[in-house]
Amino acid sequence: MAAENLLSVERIRTEFRSTRGAWFPVVDEVDLSVAAGETLAVVGESGCGKSMLAHSIMRLLPPRIARSGGGRVMLDGRDLLALSEAEMRGVRGKDVSMIFQEPMTSLNPLMPVGRQIVESILEHDDCSRADANRRGLELMDLVGIPEARARFDQYPHHLSGGMRQRIVIAIALACRPKVLIADEPTTALDVTIQAQVLALIDRLKSELGMGVILITHDLGVVAEWAQRVMVMYAGRKVEEADAESFFRGPKHPYSRALLASVPRPEDVLSGIVRPLAEIPGAVPPMDRLGQGCAFYQRCDRRSDACLAAAPPLQQGDRHNAVACIHSEP
Amino acid sequence: MWVARGKYILDRLIRGLPIILAIVVVNFFLIRLAPGDAAQVLAGEAGAASEQYMEQIRRQFGLDQPLYVQFFSYMKNIALFDLGYSFRHNREVSSLIFERLGATALLMTAAMIVSVSLGIVLGAVAAIRDRTLISHIITVFAVVSYATPLFWIGLMFIIVFSIHLGWFPTSGIITVGADYTGLRAMLDVLHHLVLPALALSCFYIALYTRLMRASMLETLGLDFIKTARAKGLGDRKIVVRHALRNAILPVLTMAGVQVSAMLGGSVIIESVFGWPGLGLLAFESLFARDLNLLLGIFFLSSILVVVTNAVVDVIYTIVDPRIELKRKRAHG
Repeated sequence: MAAENLLSVERIRTEFRSTRGAWFPVVDEVDLSVAAGETLAVVGESGCGKSMLAHSIMRLLPPRIARSGGGRVMLDGRDLLALSEAEMRGVRGKDVSMIFQEPMTSLNPLMPVGRQIVESILEHDDCSRADANRRGLELMDLVGIPEARARFDQYPHHLSGGMRQRIVIAIALACRPKVLIADEPTTALDVTIQAQVLALIDRLKSELGMGVILITHDLGVVAEWAQRVMVMYAGRKVEEADAESFFRGPKHPYSRALLASVPRPEDVLSGIVRPLAEIPGAVPPMDRLGQGCAFYQRCDRRSDACLAAAPPLQQGDRHNAVACIHSEP
Repeated sequence: MWVARGKYILDRLIRGLPIILAIVVVNFFLIRLAPGDAAQVLAGEAGAASEQYMEQIRRQFGLDQPLYVQFFSYMKNIALFDLGYSFRHNREVSSLIFERLGATALLMTAAMIVSVSLGIVLGAVAAIRDRTLISHIITVFAVVSYATPLFWIGLMFIIVFSIHLGWFPTSGIITVGADYTGLRAMLDVLHHLVLPALALSCFYIALYTRLMRASMLETLGLDFIKTARAKGLGDRKIVVRHALRNAILPVLTMAGVQVSAMLGGSVIIESVFGWPGLGLLAFESLFARDLNLLLGIFFLSSILVVVTNAVVDVIYTIVDPRIELKRKRAHG
């Protein structure tokens, strides 16, 4: 893990405006870093802030309802949060790219897919339209679209979900970004296509030397493709570990509960029937967090001490860290 | 592609035939529910309302025949594109209509272009500048002109822009007695066109503005807009390349549907501005009980609507590639 960090996010905080006009954090002082050729998985339930984290790094949240509450996003010695909007446009799609959850809706239905890829190239690189078209075709080859030349002028509705997600990936990779943020890239796809798309991202990561931030709630995906794991809960990082030690022994009670709720195919195969484990309750609304640990209500190890203050992140060896006062077994 | 579009239009027109037929039949009977006939009106105007005179007129025009006889002879004539004879004008209905068609077509085309383009622009601006002063102003304007009756707008335009400011003529399509030719004549017609076209547009501008605003707000929240932003595109490019065309689709659909409604609106506007089009002709023939002429106008209007709808459908396939030109079969 000696590789130098491409992107490092330091104590980033993003706030939303509630309907009553008060600002409350949705991402609360989160640190993360990702190195070239590395995949960092960000996991957690819906509403835990992982998507907000991704959007905050890209600065894609609408200013009317969201604002930055501090922190830095360092890329190539520049703080992305300090850039002007015009400078940030030069970063988006060029240095940091993002792919989204819904391939069915994340392409413009009225524009041929080839042009949607080429548009990104023309936006960032000074090249002729002919060159851009050629590179667009190469990208379609690269992401494994058969008969790229014929597909180039087709519209999104001519393509299957898997093919569309490949186009979305081609758009994201058009300018060889240093960091790729994949926000649940396979949630909307069926399982076989899911594996193909993730394998594609993994291959391109190595070929292009990118750092990948993979946002997912599928721990099976994490186990297969990520080198490091970061668990988020209620806008905070509650645990970070390398994938191996995470799956061997998660420290935070929330991580343990997440892992326990993964169905076990071997049980089914051996005929054991047991109820699927679940974590009772849901992530609390972020504008109504008390001062103690946000997981308190749902935790099986809670004590009165948990209510005193939000537990600080305790740094372990290397990147590993956990935010729980009862983390030791 | 264009061959396919031609075939599609032809197909649609053939499908429109039963609709037109139904309209013709319904109109024929509906219009006779109104009390009075041409004989009464003519006799009244001649000041000689004696029974013999009215009988004579009725016999002359075939109004003494039983209704079903009148109906079948009317249908036979329609099938031969013979729209009959106007008792009032003592002329062929078809020649009367074609004489007036141009004026109405000009008025409607102008109003259509103005309302669709202004509606799209205003609606888009209101959506992009959502919750700002300009968006509030546009919204208020839209609500007010949506709610204002057409004839009142027409009269107010005349009072303000013709009588007080003197910018535009009060009525008609040309300056009577000026005998302009060439470019001067064209400019003269355009000068006369401004007020009636704007007055007729008002309601539709409001309609399309509201529709466009809603559609644009929805489109701007869609995922592919986020993809475009993640590409690093600026706001202007996002709006022009990605949002606008998607947001226009519902406006286009509505505009197609509204062609027929606009034809109705032009009756009022033509009457207010003395615009010598079909609307004014229909208005006059209604009071003269000139039923043949009225039916002829309805017949032509229904053809116009069927044709426009087919054309709008084809335009739709050009704008939206997801809609394919399918010639639906009735069976299987």
